Amino acid sequence: MNFVCCIKQVPDTSEVKIDPETNTLMRSGVESISNPYDLVALETALILRDKYGGWVTALSMGPPQAEQVLKEAISLGADAAVLLSDRAFAGADTLATSYTLYKAIRNLDVDRPVDIVLCGKQAIDGDTAQVGPGVATRLGFTQFTSVVEIRELNTSDRHITVKRRVEGGFEVVRGPLPTVITVDLGLARPRRASLPGLILSLRTVIDRWDADAVGAEATKIGLKGSPTWVRRIFSPPLKEGGPVFDGRKDPVPAVERFLDAIVADGELTSELFKNPGV
Amino acid sequence: MREEFEVAIVGAGPAGISAALALAEKGIKVIVFERGEFPGAKNVSGGVLYGHDLAESVPDFIKRECPVERNIVESRLWYLSLDGGFNVSFRDRAFEEGLSFNAFTVGRARFDRWFAGIAEEKGVLVVCGTTVTDLLKDGGGRVTGVRTDRSDGDVTARVVLIADGVNSALAAKTGFRPEPKPSDVALAVKEVIELPEEVINERFNVEAGHGVTIEILGEITKGMDGVAVIYTNKNSLSLCIGANLFDLMSNTVRPYEMLEEFKGHPMVAPLIKSGRPREYMAHWLAEGGYDTIPHLYGDGYLIAGESGMLFNALHREGSNMAMASGRLAALTIAGALARGDTGSEGLAGYAAALQGSYVMKDLKKYRRFNRFLLNHKELFSTLPRLGASAAREMLTVDGVSKKEKQTSIRRRIQGAIPLARLARLLWAGARSIG
Ligand SMILES: Cc1cc2nc3c(=O)[nH]c(=O)nc-3n(C[C@@H](O)[C@H](O)[C@H](O)COP(=O)(O)OP(=O)(O)OC[C@H]3O[C@@H](n4cnc5c(N)ncnc54)[C@H](O)[C@@H]3O)c2cc1C
Ligand SMILES: Cc1cc2nc3c(=O)[nH]c(=O)nc-3n(C[C@H](O)[C@H](O)[C@H](O)COP(=O)(O)OP(=O)(O)OC[C@H]3O[C@@H](n4cnc5c(N)ncnc54)[C@H](O)[C@@H]3O)c2cc1C
Repeated sequence: MNFVCCIKQVPDTSEVKIDPETNTLMRSGVESISNPYDLVALETALILRDKYGGWVTALSMGPPQAEQVLKEAISLGADAAVLLSDRAFAGADTLATSYTLYKAIRNLDVDRPVDIVLCGKQAIDGDTAQVGPGVATRLGFTQFTSVVEIRELNTSDRHITVKRRVEGGFEVVRGPLPTVITVDLGLARPRRASLPGLILSLRTVIDRWDADAVGAEATKIGLKGSPTWVRRIFSPPLKEGGPVFDGRKDPVPAVERFLDAIVADGELTSELFKNPGV
Repeated sequence: MREEFEVAIVGAGPAGISAALALAEKGIKVIVFERGEFPGAKNVSGGVLYGHDLAESVPDFIKRECPVERNIVESRLWYLSLDGGFNVSFRDRAFEEGLSFNAFTVGRARFDRWFAGIAEEKGVLVVCGTTVTDLLKDGGGRVTGVRTDRSDGDVTARVVLIADGVNSALAAKTGFRPEPKPSDVALAVKEVIELPEEVINERFNVEAGHGVTIEILGEITKGMDGVAVIYTNKNSLSLCIGANLFDLMSNTVRPYEMLEEFKGHPMVAPLIKSGRPREYMAHWLAEGGYDTIPHLYGDGYLIAGESGMLFNALHREGSNMAMASGRLAALTIAGALARGDTGSEGLAGYAAALQGSYVMKDLKKYRRFNRFLLNHKELFSTLPRLGASAAREMLTVDGVSKKEKQTSIRRRIQGAIPLARLARLLWAGARSIG
């Protein structure tokens, strides 16, 4: 089995703030991390490789410092890593990003046919969840998004059965390889690197491919290949809590106050009558 | 598949990294372990470094973009009562020109990372996010490597350099050094307060890029043996205040309360006005001085930096002693490896080298200083109070003759502290630093 795992370097969004004046992310001084979903994807790939044998390649597109996430992948046990880095890739939207990743995966495919591509369900900064499906479509692979469990991987008749999250529940589906899987956080718990793994990663020189090496068409990458324009980024306004009618001590007056309040608030009353299920 | 190194170093602080650099320059295979996510992540320092010691490791440190905050051109010493105080300061053009970067401020989080980066360029392996939990020993008790908190986490080494700082969990576990007594360490808290660069230039009366240090003694430590400092960074101020741990425990004072009161002092408040607190940290300092230094080497290991209690409390010099001891340790190790004797005898040259350097000379000179402060609490209570009231009285214009004022001041002093005690205090003070 040949696995490719796509890993994006993201700002540690627990710390990122949006500049309210310019509407841009304030990234300065913020540590970069591997997208948490992608570490779950990598862990899944490593578990499958250890079980079925094979090869895991970690792939990332980003500036030179994104090498860090690939070193982390090596420390955790990835067999190889490639950084796609070129000024021409800068400013890519989801379309250009999935095109670039797809071209790189095709290159890897030449030496050793790729069986399973694993992506995070979404990146915690862009949050679009479009790159995985974009890559699958271009590769012409089957795709399973939001996977929470891998039920079965049959390497002889080459199919996979997964459980995935869908609106309102889960479904179990089966499909042929090669495939792209985007993983949900619950699928696996990323391991901690062993000391030899960590030392190996510090000594590894990460392969770097520029646009030529990827073999990408200049009009389909970076800003040029990105029809998406970001008009505005904003923090959603904080939702204020509604009124609380505390009936823990004595429910009767609380209910009375509640009824008084909804009668006084015409809008709320009409909402209630329009939607009697509430 | 345990990998073997010639030297394993515990801690990527100034001591560990300067040692690693010196070893790598001699082509020796070194691995450094740092428990922080990156070097400096766990380090607290008021942040003054000294160019002399850094240049020994990285001669062109300015050219190599050492993250300097400000070059120190003026040093102030304050002696404070609760409501005011005295200020002595010294500034010299030399510190702007010939002697520039004699002392300068850095943020340790950035500096340690930079310093470790230089070592990495020389081939040192710096393994972060990894805690050394134990020392490996052979049957004869000789240290043969380290155990870390990762899986497959043992590494063997011919020599282990322990440079894990003053608060050493490893010392507690392995007993390579006795646990310091509370009276031998200080607990300091530090707050970094953000202010625009120009505001700092104005408030401290300096040009861009230049900075000031203020060392502070007096009633601010509430009668306990302690000090405070204010250092200027590029666009922030570092405020530290600390006191002897024994004093803090017996007076049940919380350090952060001390810090809050310090920030409200009339000489401090205007300097930090409208600043934004950015970070807050607490850390120990090895204050015990010469007499608390443990045996610094043994079979297969050496101790450098503040882990070995190498800290000059009077001059607040720790990072430079860490660097100097780290380098001397590296020289000793290189020699021992070349001779093929990394046992206690082969490493004994370290003690002699330290004794011959300014590190032990300074620490010996000030060996009585910690005791002196601990035993003369008037320095932090009665004396600043009396001094302030005397100065206030002399400066108050109220129709009373100066002679009468002096008489009343003298009487007040005699009432507060017997002259014999005062004389003894001055004598002991002079001796402790003489
Ligand atoms: C609202 C918005 C604002 C944007 N703003 C900017 C901007 O200001 N500047 C700019 O340059 N671009 C911007 N982009 C585009 C770009 O940075 C996207 O973040 C990028 O195309 C990936 O999309 P995503 O982060 O939503 O990934 P998702 O589709 O959520 O990611 C899913 C998975 O795809 C894989 N993946 C995604 N990206 C990579 C990668 N680079 N390398 C390897 N694997 C990857 C990972 O496995 C990831 O878990 C913006 C996009 C959006 C939607
Ligand atoms: C508030 C304050 C202000 C100070 N101001 C100054 C000043 O202005 N000038 C000055 O010169 N000195 C100052 N000092 C002292 C100075 O910080 C220290 O003397 C100096 O940092 C000692 O260097 P070191 O390398 O010995 O130890 P440290 O700098 O403490 O480095 C030890 C390193 O080892 C790591 N470590 C510890 N245990 C382990 C383990 N088991 N496994 C792996 N890693 C481990 C730690 O995370 C740390 O990074 C100040 C100290 C304090 C607390």
